Amino acid sequence: MAGAFERKIHETLADTRLQQAVYTATGRLKDSRLAVIAPHVLPDYQELRAHAHLLKRHTVDHLDHYLEKFQRNVESRGGQVVFCNDGAEVTDFVLALAKKRGARLIVKSKSMTTEEVDLNEHLEHHGLESVETDLGEYILQLAHERPYHIVAPALHKTRYDVAEILTRRLNAPHETKIEKQTAIARAVLRQKFLAADIGISGANFLVADSGAVVLVENEGNARLATTLPKIHIVVAGIEKVIPRAQDLAVFLKLLARSATGQLLSVYTSFLSGPRRAGEIDGPDEFYVLLLDNGRTKLLPDSAKRQSLYCIRCGACLNACPVYRKIGGHSFPWVYSGPIGAILTPQFMGVSREPSLPFASSLCGACAEVCPVKIDIPRVLVELRADVHQSEARQKRNRLEKLAFRLFRWLMQHPRAYEWAGRLAASLANSADGGWMRRVPVLLNVGPVRAWLSQRDLPPPPSRSFRQLWRQR
Amino acid sequence: MSPNAILDAVRAALGRSEKEPAPDPPPVRLRIPDVSLESRIASMTTSVEALAGRVLRAPTPQHAGRLVRERIANQNAVASNSPYLDECGIRGLPNVHSGITKPDELQKLCAAADVGITGVDYALADTGTLVVLSSPYEARMISLLPPAHLAVMACSRLLTGLDELFTLLPDPAVASSSMVFITGPSRTADIEQILVRGVHGPGEIVIILVG
Repeated sequence: MAGAFERKIHETLADTRLQQAVYTATGRLKDSRLAVIAPHVLPDYQELRAHAHLLKRHTVDHLDHYLEKFQRNVESRGGQVVFCNDGAEVTDFVLALAKKRGARLIVKSKSMTTEEVDLNEHLEHHGLESVETDLGEYILQLAHERPYHIVAPALHKTRYDVAEILTRRLNAPHETKIEKQTAIARAVLRQKFLAADIGISGANFLVADSGAVVLVENEGNARLATTLPKIHIVVAGIEKVIPRAQDLAVFLKLLARSATGQLLSVYTSFLSGPRRAGEIDGPDEFYVLLLDNGRTKLLPDSAKRQSLYCIRCGACLNACPVYRKIGGHSFPWVYSGPIGAILTPQFMGVSREPSLPFASSLCGACAEVCPVKIDIPRVLVELRADVHQSEARQKRNRLEKLAFRLFRWLMQHPRAYEWAGRLAASLANSADGGWMRRVPVLLNVGPVRAWLSQRDLPPPPSRSFRQLWRQR
Repeated sequence: MSPNAILDAVRAALGRSEKEPAPDPPPVRLRIPDVSLESRIASMTTSVEALAGRVLRAPTPQHAGRLVRERIANQNAVASNSPYLDECGIRGLPNVHSGITKPDELQKLCAAADVGITGVDYALADTGTLVVLSSPYEARMISLLPPAHLAVMACSRLLTGLDELFTLLPDPAVASSSMVFITGPSRTADIEQILVRGVHGPGEIVIILVG
């Protein structure tokens, strides 16, 4: 696995079109966010973040309590809650229900949680048709790719890519106007919605005191998927629960602003159970599958536990100088960017991609934009310690250890330090811009060379501080 | 699929025991600004127009009915069973289907309609949002399937924002299985971040404020 991460990073860095696309898209999302959290637009933004953090912390610290409460309230509204350990249990539940009801066609709205467990693939493997209905997700399903970005899944695709995908997979006329491409997808998906037997959605929030599921979206596909089919199945991570409906006044003000720079997303659905007596439409059956899939592994450590506060807004991706260069598909799992760098090692184990927690400069931009104030750099540092403890990494560490021993020795020996500084300065004087690159021996190997391929240290001044001090 | 296994794992990880109560959550944070009706109307209008929706004013319900009749001339419309639409004389218009109570019938009509007409429970002035709760009077599909959505509401239903709404409805699940917020026309920016309206829901939204 380790090789794949590096290879994908280099592929992305070498692709100038992709570099431009990722940089522009994330830049635009960044700017849109800044415009709607500005003090004259949302004066209490920082207070809301602090409050959202407290609410998440309280809920996750007492998660069992709120999950039980949620379950009780869903059931009192005629819905059913099913706890699932992993993706296989989710698939089994859906397959068994589909068989019992004679269901064939499933419409799905965007959900990172179902991406985690590859739900579509598993359902299709068993002969069901499961269609993604978010425009970006639909394009990616047709192209057999996974989301590039938490909120902008098809960020890496151009209109020409989309034209090619629609023509190849749907026999649609070759069309490069984005409005017309959208209309093609709308027409195909509208027929799916009208004929679907089951709608599957994720959840942005699970409200414990209401037994409700909250879905936030812009297109209307989540509303269609949860309104037209007779059966609605929600697949959500256990960490999505919040105490009260009233807490949404805090979270909803933060989510859309942080994600896309909107005040609110176009549609927010607050759904509690199946259609009630007298109501005209809505599903007859309502199930909530609460998925663990590794989440309980994040709970014991009170510092790392905060990774579960995430509301999947994607703001940390847009702010991250690393994500903006290496893109979403370099990351080894469905979650990319800073949040992916802390979720993936904890869900899959640090050995899945040991260099992932190190793919960060710890600049802190992610923590600064996080609407629930997850201290991502701190968790990254803790995960780095975990990686170091794992034996595989120990072996690869000898060079680094040697370098640090040399560094320590230099710092303890002022004369040697000064001599090394002078040596570096003299080398730099003879250089044409880059100077480290010219250091011939020992240093120009392995990770040092990789580092130097992209940048160089600024040349040291010709006279050191010590020299100037002596001559003052 | 054993509920207890996951809850047990959660408890073990958190060092909690079964049925251990939780302390009170952080206090509810709801702050309602004092905003005059005129300012709320102005804010609603600005917010909706910024999203490419339209806001029309009607001094009386009858006037609102006339605006609707003009808007849907030569078109095929479905209206909800809202008593307020009755008051405006909208449900009885010749090209309006209304009074439907069966989901399959409603789905067929809405899928073929040009316009869906609904009332609203509330609107949120600071974001330009309509709030609709599902009931015998309001179905979910009418504001969703047709390519245009016409909402008719009394100005008195215009709230300042989310905080006021959740003060009035501390638990929306008590009243309905579905509450939706609608903030402008359906949109996407999934291809090259170019904004396209009307991707799955209505691409056009018109709000008639009465009074």
